[in-house]
Amino acid sequence: MTILLFLALLLAYACGMVLPLCFPGRPHIQNVIAHGSAAVAGGLGIVLGLVGLFASEPLVWFLPSSIPLLTFSLRLDSLSAFFVLTISLVGLAVSVFASGYVREFYGRIPVSLLGFLYNGFILSMLLVVTADNAFFFLIVWELMSLLSYFLVVSEHEKPDVRFAGLFYLIMTHVGTAFILMTFLMFYQETGSFAFESFRNADQSLPEGLRTLVFWTALIGFGTKAGIVPLHVWLPYAHPAAPSHVSALMSGVMIKTAIYGLLRMYFDFLGGPFPWWWGFVVLLVGTVSAVLGVMYALMEHDLKSLLAFHSVENIGIILMGIGTGMVFYAYDLPHLAALGIIAGLYHTLNHAVFKALLFMGAGSLLYATHTRNMEEYGGLLRRMPWTGLFFLIGAISISALPPTNGFVSEWLVFQGLFLSLELPSLFLKLMLPIAGALLALTGALALACFVKAFGISFLALPRSSHARKALEVPVPMRVGMGFLAGLCLVLGLGPAVVVPLLDRVSEPFVGISIAGRVFEMGGWTLAPVSGEFSSLSTPVLAIVLAGLTGLGWGLAYVLGGKGKTRFYKTWGCGLNVTARMEYTATGFVQPIKRVFSTIYQPTVKLETEFLEESHYFAKRRHFEFSIEPIFLKYLYHPILEFFSTLADRSRVIQGGNLSLYLAYIFGTLVFLLMVMG
Amino acid sequence: MSAIDFLLIILQMLLVVGLSPLIVGVIRRVKAHQQCRYGASVFQPYSDLAKLFRKEPVISTTASWIFPATPYILFSSTLAASLLVPTIIAPMPLNFAGNIIALVYLLALGTFFLMLAGLDAGSAFGGMGSSREAIVASLTEPALILSLFALALTAGSANISAIVYKTAILQGIVLDPPPHLMALVALFIISLAETGRVPVDNPATHLELTMIHEAMILEYSGRYLALVEWAAGMKLMIFLTLLANIFAPWGIATTLSPSALGLGLVVFVGKVVGLAVVVGVFECMFAKLRLFRVTELLGAAFILSLLALVFFYILRV
Repeated sequence: MTILLFLALLLAYACGMVLPLCFPGRPHIQNVIAHGSAAVAGGLGIVLGLVGLFASEPLVWFLPSSIPLLTFSLRLDSLSAFFVLTISLVGLAVSVFASGYVREFYGRIPVSLLGFLYNGFILSMLLVVTADNAFFFLIVWELMSLLSYFLVVSEHEKPDVRFAGLFYLIMTHVGTAFILMTFLMFYQETGSFAFESFRNADQSLPEGLRTLVFWTALIGFGTKAGIVPLHVWLPYAHPAAPSHVSALMSGVMIKTAIYGLLRMYFDFLGGPFPWWWGFVVLLVGTVSAVLGVMYALMEHDLKSLLAFHSVENIGIILMGIGTGMVFYAYDLPHLAALGIIAGLYHTLNHAVFKALLFMGAGSLLYATHTRNMEEYGGLLRRMPWTGLFFLIGAISISALPPTNGFVSEWLVFQGLFLSLELPSLFLKLMLPIAGALLALTGALALACFVKAFGISFLALPRSSHARKALEVPVPMRVGMGFLAGLCLVLGLGPAVVVPLLDRVSEPFVGISIAGRVFEMGGWTLAPVSGEFSSLSTPVLAIVLAGLTGLGWGLAYVLGGKGKTRFYKTWGCGLNVTARMEYTATGFVQPIKRVFSTIYQPTVKLETEFLEESHYFAKRRHFEFSIEPIFLKYLYHPILEFFSTLADRSRVIQGGNLSLYLAYIFGTLVFLLMVMG
Repeated sequence: MSAIDFLLIILQMLLVVGLSPLIVGVIRRVKAHQQCRYGASVFQPYSDLAKLFRKEPVISTTASWIFPATPYILFSSTLAASLLVPTIIAPMPLNFAGNIIALVYLLALGTFFLMLAGLDAGSAFGGMGSSREAIVASLTEPALILSLFALALTAGSANISAIVYKTAILQGIVLDPPPHLMALVALFIISLAETGRVPVDNPATHLELTMIHEAMILEYSGRYLALVEWAAGMKLMIFLTLLANIFAPWGIATTLSPSALGLGLVVFVGKVVGLAVVVGVFECMFAKLRLFRVTELLGAAFILSLLALVFFYILRV
């Protein structure tokens, strides 16, 4: 039965890839077929994911190949099923959105090609999270990277897009190299590329090799996830792609790395591991979260801002998982499960609200043809639906109750606070500090989304683009509305979501906690015990709604119906214009100044005065930039080193054919001597 | 949830909604007294609110629906947060609905909308207020969570009612004085910052150079201003209640008997009014800090909470 479902899924994506190619020159038909099949496939994927989550045994499909070591084997256990579900949920919404958004590209980019790459990209992600053979995994992983690369460079006529694409291509291959190394180490020990044999190898791996695998996997998958300091490609590549692809890349593609890390640490290396593994993951997560949000604050290109927030949220996910690993190392399985569930919950939530926000950014781009926030303004009146959905996304990513971001961040906080159960004093102190940094991250994210929403959607339009903006077509609104609704549902329904996630963590930590984290018949989420702490978002939502009504009633009773007068804003006697409004740059200036150690900002202010007086400026030029620390101190030295090396080795390049023949001969002789 | 629980929630709401203007009035009166003025009656804020509710509000033609919706959201989120904090009885019936994190983030929900509303009217004052509020809020939040967590450790629970209840029963401050005192000082500084008091902000000024909270709400008038002012009063009351009941929970009712509740009510009003006097005196003793000096003050609060945490573990070992 499930195999039929899976085949239908494959067929739908294949249709989306191939059929549009049969209608050359008819972009509208190509668009409908490509994104229609992707949406159908998304629906099928949701069903498949749910089936996989509820299946008692992992579902396995197997297809041998003629190439040695390679088998096309697929395995759908609860972890894979969870990621299939996440990818498909986002895929469904994004496909509906894309059917409207892609109209933007008619006549500029062949829609059939875009559809081919788009469907192939989602399919490759699904195969990545279900592959059960290292060889096969690497093939689909590479396929995912390449297809997303081609999608990133869709608008390749722009030089910065080409640069972003190249940067992404190089970084992703550095990551793949480390993943390959990881698998080769397993292969050396087990003599097989099947994940099944890796799974049984956990005890046979020597200690040193296990540590090495830990690091290579962290670097390899970390590059894809965008952890600091391997995140540098992400803020270039994600904004350069068409917005619906950005939504997929930020929403779900980087999550395949989270899948890889969980698979590696808990499934393959599943024995007891040292506590510092968890601590390293937690540390990396915390640094990524704080720096991600800090750099996001300084971005005024809406899509780059969102890309940096992906770095932040990957950090929060890793904080949850790292906490889980620490508890696991100290043999506290119920707390380990809590940490993993927190990480997975945030994975799902981030996929939903980040895709939503990227679609919102895409809608703004569609309506105004600019990504610069300083040119938006007043869009809530012109684009009420987009504005509402973006606001819901902004509230969710700022982790405000009662939305989904709040629930998962709350769970991460609980994991960090429960450090009081750990025996080590060092960790007892470090985990609450990570909690305080998570609070800092949350507060800064809130500030950042006040900026993003407030500057873009409120007050007066800041440019003619914004003045002329119109609400986006219905399919785009439907796609955003679906995910906005999901933000609220996932926030109100931890009673449904947590037991599902518990099925994912149970095989790894060995116990199920779904039965012990709920009180009052599922209304209250109470990790470990209600005595320690509890949360009930449904009750909070009811209370909030009731009290809003109360406030309204109070105003009515005390003030009567009353009239409201509408009048222009007081501008000290002048008419308020858009140039008097606070800008995004101005809004974050205090934050930039307080954290100047991190930003190392350079400000250039040139003033040209009138000749008559030095009190009147004729012209002012203001320039401000922040130091890209990682590029400057980490990547440039490496690049420098390699280009110097290349320069030096140029002396052996004579350009003469006989010289090269001599080299070949020399090498041959040398090899024969060594080997012989 | 039983009828008694429901009654307790109603009682708590009445108490917070009804008493918060009085607290504002007391602080103003104390300040006036210190400045050798006679000052208005402590009940003046009630008359102010009544007047504001009856006045015709003006809404900017620039503003969107965020602007008129914000006062209601702010009012409800602040009141919802106050229901998590025990005043005259611990534990509160809504204790289960959220812990310290929920409290902090419920207050942040109101701040989020208030910052948006500051930007909505398009005037530079509002934007300036929002921008400053953003940095102050970013710096207080980590210190607030860390200080509350240091207290949660002593009580072995992160639910506020449980912290108060256990401190009342176990006499927590006597049990672990150093961490408690450090957390107390930290929480006091944070309270001043969160509620827009001197030395972080000045609630009595309308000078663009100094104001934070007042700049954000500059465009509000009529019933909208009344709701915003009332919510600010309730937020002040939440923090005073936290200070009073976490560090000196004596007298709070732990059973449902009428005499215990009556005593709890009297003691609570006494404690909160007493703290309001302290805040008033404090406001007169210090000058407002420059915005960029506020970071040092809040940094100190953060370090104190951290030390409270360290001392808690060191003294236990």
